[in-house]
Amino acid sequence: MKYVDEYRDAAQAERYVSALRRVTTRPWVIMEICGGQTHAIVRYGLDQMLPPGVELVHGPGCPVCVTPVELIDKALALAARPEVIFCSFGDMLRVPGSQGDLLSVKAAGGDVRIVYSPMDALELARRHPGRQVVFFAVGFETTAPANAMAVYQAAREDLDNFTLLVSHVLVPPAAEAILSASGCQVQGMLAAGHVCMVMGYEDYEHLAARYAVPIVVTGFEPLDILQGLYMCIRQLEQGQARVENQYVRTVRREGNPQARQIMQSVFQVVPRTWRGVGEIRRSGLNLRPEYEHFDANLRFSIQDITAAEDPTCISGLILQGLRKPPQCPAFGTRCTPEHPLGATMVSSEGACAAYFRYRGAAGTEKRA
Amino acid sequence: MTSNDQNPAACPLPLTEYPHVLMAHGGGGKLMSQLIERLFMPAFSNPLLAQQHDGAVFQVDGTRLAFTTDSYVVDPLFFPGGDIGTLAVNGTVNDLAMCGARPLYLSAGFIIEEGLEMATLQRVAGSMQMAARQAQVQLVTGDTKVVDRGKGDKLFINTAGIGRVEDDVQVGPEQIGSGDAILISGDVGRHGLTIMAQRESLAFETTIESDCASVAAPVLDLVRSGVTVHCLRDLTRGGLASALVELAVQSAKEMIVEECRIAVVDEVRGACEILGLDPLYVANEGCFVAFVPQSDVDLALSVLRHHPVSHAAERIGTVGSGERGRVILRSAIGGQRVVDRLSGEQLPRIC
Repeated sequence: MKYVDEYRDAAQAERYVSALRRVTTRPWVIMEICGGQTHAIVRYGLDQMLPPGVELVHGPGCPVCVTPVELIDKALALAARPEVIFCSFGDMLRVPGSQGDLLSVKAAGGDVRIVYSPMDALELARRHPGRQVVFFAVGFETTAPANAMAVYQAAREDLDNFTLLVSHVLVPPAAEAILSASGCQVQGMLAAGHVCMVMGYEDYEHLAARYAVPIVVTGFEPLDILQGLYMCIRQLEQGQARVENQYVRTVRREGNPQARQIMQSVFQVVPRTWRGVGEIRRSGLNLRPEYEHFDANLRFSIQDITAAEDPTCISGLILQGLRKPPQCPAFGTRCTPEHPLGATMVSSEGACAAYFRYRGAAGTEKRA
Repeated sequence: MTSNDQNPAACPLPLTEYPHVLMAHGGGGKLMSQLIERLFMPAFSNPLLAQQHDGAVFQVDGTRLAFTTDSYVVDPLFFPGGDIGTLAVNGTVNDLAMCGARPLYLSAGFIIEEGLEMATLQRVAGSMQMAARQAQVQLVTGDTKVVDRGKGDKLFINTAGIGRVEDDVQVGPEQIGSGDAILISGDVGRHGLTIMAQRESLAFETTIESDCASVAAPVLDLVRSGVTVHCLRDLTRGGLASALVELAVQSAKEMIVEECRIAVVDEVRGACEILGLDPLYVANEGCFVAFVPQSDVDLALSVLRHHPVSHAAERIGTVGSGERGRVILRSAIGGQRVVDRLSGEQLPRIC
């Protein structure tokens, strides 16, 4: 298939791996920020092809994983209401709140629907004027423009039965939180290509300079990731720390101005709590005051819910790259994709789920 | 004797932490296996059921018979490439074929929601008639029930089937041997993607058609041609990956599969890329895997390729010598990974 097969070519991959071996003279720790990259790395076994000493640690770039449990509980409460059609992207449905998940709410009679786009949720609102359609607006800068567009459209059409439960998060503040933490081991970063497609990469230039780490904007196919690693390690070996763009076929320095504009007109930057990590300032998006009547929190006046995480779950440390899934005592035993203790096990982009699926319950299955 | 034998309905294990049945309990993945193993198997335990085949094979007065049943609850009722009627006939015919049987007779039970258009029912009956004729089976007994509006979703169909198994045919996971070649009859994922594309909430434009068809003819030809068929399995819910993992576990054999040899048509690949799905887990309704000895590979492929429904038959892997029941996939890029069953249905990803 065009534009896919070229980036999964075995002979090319071998050439990139050789180039990586040539350029690498000592151990390096590199974080890939995005869960989509983590998934590709484990799925294709890329980490096993790297030169000895090059270690990949997995970043917080899975929106499903970092959505706080309190917000999931709010979603469960909303979805259980008889007047509500609760719409969500597919992989939020299995994420455990403190009591059950959206699939359980659906089984108990809640009207929970998987949509592929917020526009589909908007269409449901138009078609069911007697019901309240709530869309679970989860995601990074990648999903924010479409969600903003849905709200913008709903406002233009004066739809009074459409709201968002917003849990948007932003990548650069989280990357900064990781780089500025004491004990940070990360020496280089692969930035998430699709986030940069929307936002551009100017924000990362400040980070690279301030923390002296090379940051490479990287795509999601196996060859993208190998090339991104090559560019990152080449900088490290040469003592450089700047932003480079591997994903040139998609990303421009300024991003997508139209997408940024619609985001900025509908959303404002707010502090946001990340599951397992805690509150990070200026790391989330919420609706601007002029669009607040599309906020499900206000429409349904749901009370703030406080919930406790399972104390054994180390997903917070995993999301910050401080631990790997097999280092968790519950991994593959008490915690599996059927019975996840934390969200890194439940989302297909979560590091724990990726290890479990492609490496087995011990998480250590090397090349078989 | 265990306590289970004395009280077969007693469940020795905690059922699951779910107090309600979820969609995933019928999704062909781990939750469904758990439901069967923990709830149904203890209740109905017997040696034939314990084999967990697509159907049961037994002798009645010296004649070997295969017996199977399946229920069809597809939404929408009509989709490109077929409808609930063609599925209800072909699905059960294929389950019989996977036992190495010649399908003979089917039953059909209809559960109809009050208010269903008569023309719809007529169209479905017409499809069933045609599918039965093509598969050379007869619908010889049936049942009709109508339920109140809202108590069922338009139309559910159950079919059961009986087939005849020749004496020298021994097909099942226990027959799978080290060194066996793994053959597939066609490309994967077409039925599942067709249904997904039709569903209201995921509507996207596509020209994909379901591969819904009877595979009895190529299977019978395979058996008649002298190929020693060790095992057969049709790829339904859970797709190729789930079928192989199930067989690997049941046979306690390691299976090594080459990703680049598994055909996926461009429309299915494209849609899977967009939705974040793995085509190896997407359903088929007219595709199967066959395990045959190395020496029979060429003959088996030429027999299969002779039939339109399996003209793209291909060898995709080999049964290894390892005793661990697992499936290893060699990725196109050269890495390897363990293939696992999913918990339930695949869910489209966020980004």
